Amino acid sequence: MARVVVDVKLKPEILDPQGRAVMGALGRLGLAGVADVRQGKQFVLSIDGDIDDAKLADINRIAESLLSNPVIEDYTVRVEA
Amino acid sequence: MSPRIGVVTFPGSLDDRDAARAVTIAGGEAVSLWHADANLHAVDAIVLPGGFSYGDYLRCGAIARFAPVMEKIVDAANGGLPVLGICNGFQILCESHLLPGALTRNDHLHFICRDQKLRIENNSSAWTNSFEVGQEIVVPLKNGEGGYVADERILDELEGEGRVIARYLELNPNGSRRDIAGITNAAGNVVGIMPHPEHAVEELTGPTTDGLGFFASVLTSLVTNGRVTV
Repeated sequence: MARVVVDVKLKPEILDPQGRAVMGALGRLGLAGVADVRQGKQFVLSIDGDIDDAKLADINRIAESLLSNPVIEDYTVRVEA
Repeated sequence: MSPRIGVVTFPGSLDDRDAARAVTIAGGEAVSLWHADANLHAVDAIVLPGGFSYGDYLRCGAIARFAPVMEKIVDAANGGLPVLGICNGFQILCESHLLPGALTRNDHLHFICRDQKLRIENNSSAWTNSFEVGQEIVVPLKNGEGGYVADERILDELEGEGRVIARYLELNPNGSRRDIAGITNAAGNVVGIMPHPEHAVEELTGPTTDGLGFFASVLTSLVTNGRVTV
């Protein structure tokens, strides 16, 4: 069983009001010096068998078409050992 | 024969009944379409209603985009079929790439529900031809993720080609870039709008009957373009 992790985050120029709300809470909890908070999503795919180039290409296609919206988000795909 | 206007129901759609009712009041025949049925049942136009398709999981409209009925709708829209996406329907149209840009979380984070004043900016689309350019209308608005975003190049293109169909007046309720409430594709058959014209079709229940104009427009355009003969 292989694990593939897809991280999705808003593009830097897209406003992240959720991250901003979290940052407000951090200040109230006494964590000083936080200049910015950006909230993202992580998908952990558990996949039967080995990950070959074809499977990785499929996962990248899904990451781009479903898991992220390229208009507002960037994604990264990494295979966990 | 009245033009047949399909209204799609996804799991989690809320406003399909109101959209069907608006179609009927405007003089069309409302036809229910089901998300899992890859068949448009020979409708002449389609409304994607508001709500929370697939629970808004992942991103609003992201999963609905891959519903069996949507593949047919994307093909038909590219072939000129008039399609109106309201609220969640607008989000689905953006996720389907039938319209540019995306709808994001309201900048103030709150769900907003109010009667919203809009200015109609384009009356050449299939869904806005019964309005005057510059006409001010009031229809309900209710969304949590209604902030319209696109990069500056796309925004300039939309403005330059007159594809902003309506703009928020007096108050920008969700942080939408350039106060954009609705847009159309280049051909003018696909329109997305965040506020809800289908909730403003009867004096008893709506703030106005201004919303009827969207549904009257498509009936007119279907006849004008020869897609329906009466």
